Amino acid sequence: MKVTKKDVENVAVLSRLTVTEDKINKYVDEFNNFLEYADVLQQVDTASVKPTAHVLPLKNVLREDVIKPSLARELALSNAPEKEDGYFKVPRIIE
Amino acid sequence: MDLHKQPAHVLHDMLKNKEIKAAELTQCFLNRMDSLDGKVASYITKTADAAMEAAGKADEIIAQNSEIGFLTGLPGAIKDNICTKGTKTTCASKMLETFIPPYNATVIEKLNAQNTVILGKTNMDEFAMGGSTENSAFFPTHNPWNLDYVPGGSSGGSAAAVSAGFAAWALGSDTGGSIRQPASFCGIVGMKPTYGRVSRYGLVAYASSLDQIGPLTRDVTDCAHIMNVIAGHDASDSTSINASVPDYTKSLVQDVKGLKIGIPAEFFTDGMDKEVAAAVNKAIEDFKAMGAEIVEISLPHTKYAIAAYYLIAPAEATTNLSRYDGVSYGSRVEGEDIVSMMTNTRSEKFGEEVKRRIMIGNYALSAGYYDAYYLKALKMRTLVKEDYDKAFAKVDVILAPNAPTTAYKIGSIINDPLQMYLQDVCTVPLNLAGLPGISLPCGISSQGLPIGMQIIGKALDEATIIKTAYTYEQSKDFSKKLSEVAQQ
Repeated sequence: MKVTKKDVENVAVLSRLTVTEDKINKYVDEFNNFLEYADVLQQVDTASVKPTAHVLPLKNVLREDVIKPSLARELALSNAPEKEDGYFKVPRIIE
Repeated sequence: MDLHKQPAHVLHDMLKNKEIKAAELTQCFLNRMDSLDGKVASYITKTADAAMEAAGKADEIIAQNSEIGFLTGLPGAIKDNICTKGTKTTCASKMLETFIPPYNATVIEKLNAQNTVILGKTNMDEFAMGGSTENSAFFPTHNPWNLDYVPGGSSGGSAAAVSAGFAAWALGSDTGGSIRQPASFCGIVGMKPTYGRVSRYGLVAYASSLDQIGPLTRDVTDCAHIMNVIAGHDASDSTSINASVPDYTKSLVQDVKGLKIGIPAEFFTDGMDKEVAAAVNKAIEDFKAMGAEIVEISLPHTKYAIAAYYLIAPAEATTNLSRYDGVSYGSRVEGEDIVSMMTNTRSEKFGEEVKRRIMIGNYALSAGYYDAYYLKALKMRTLVKEDYDKAFAKVDVILAPNAPTTAYKIGSIINDPLQMYLQDVCTVPLNLAGLPGISLPCGISSQGLPIGMQIIGKALDEATIIKTAYTYEQSKDFSKKLSEVAQQ
């Protein structure tokens, strides 16, 4: 067993997810099943292989710094769960 | 004449020759959706009023012009992860249940420039994570060939809509096979273009280095025409390729003489369904008979592709889906403070598979595991890509199965995530390597379910795989076979 209950709880916190007590063992099993499978990768020596994060040979795609029309504030806010005076509104962070 | 049984190019010719009106054609599809989609459940949102309005406008344009765009007045369906201004775009998630994009994806702008008709937004696995459309937060979609079976996924709604005669064409997205596999399960044609060939601007991100939009159509001719509309560089997508786009309809010629077709042994695994293997092997023989040269090749890292994919895609998903925090758009579930608000929102509004991938991704990226999992997977990606580079030094295209089996029964493997992931063995290597692939029908199983194969091309060489697929299609009548629902 690579992944423990504690690991799942930690990763849930990092992911901003709550894992309920009745589901936690299911996740532990599923993660271990998958990671055991993913161990096939360890069969291959990749010490001298460069990683590929992206298939295209692109670097720093730049454009002219020109002002163009952008989304109107009202539209940008149109899907906000809560808004006030043209701003997104969130629960109080600082007392 | 049953209009819904015709491929899109036949309907286009009828519109152009003023034999039918776009309004009449649109009404035909809307009527079918009303009477039959209750069983298939391919659409999440139907946009009947907007469709009729667009059809009316298309009819005016058709009346005034002798030349029209391929998609002018031609009704189609859009996967519900492609942003449509003013029309809900849910990604089949409770997180975006009420999300109405304030802008259009670039592909939608390109469709609109042709005055096409959009019938609605199609069902999918939540955030495109899955291969059966059972992960939709709303309802599963049923396969139009047999309603007890899955349509494949994640673009299962788009594939089912085209296969059932609820749309003349559709767009989907493919991150690990999500266009090609449902096309195969539903007996239609699906293409994943080269990474960067079609703009991803306005496609809700799942795994940004793998996602690509592409067409799902009744035949290869329709696929070529729609690629002509959607392909091309877009300044709004920094990963879009700035390369000229050929006229793909010029590839609609029957010619495989001397074409070198590579057959990768690694794709014909022991676990493969015998009927699928037989159908693909028969296609290989048929290509040989038509003058193609069959070359045995090896893609030795194929067996590592699934493990690499299911580390890379969730790692990217973890990052992309961190934006769903209950603040700027999407659902919110209240909490005592901001952290509990975000945690409550994500816990309540994401489905099981999405949560599983977010957590696996975070695990693979976290301190202590990054080198062993994520970095290792990226290095494997290099080796997978190099396999293809070496193979394409010897062959023009590669032919392989699309999935190890035909469509399976709804509910049969959904509770076994690893089993589900292993189904993607034939499709994920292309996404890792960024290559184009087209899926097309090559048989019908003894249970009456479609079998598909895929033809894989060099980067940016969609033209050659279209030509190869077209040549095979014209020599067979698989693309003329209709699903059970389309016959009603």
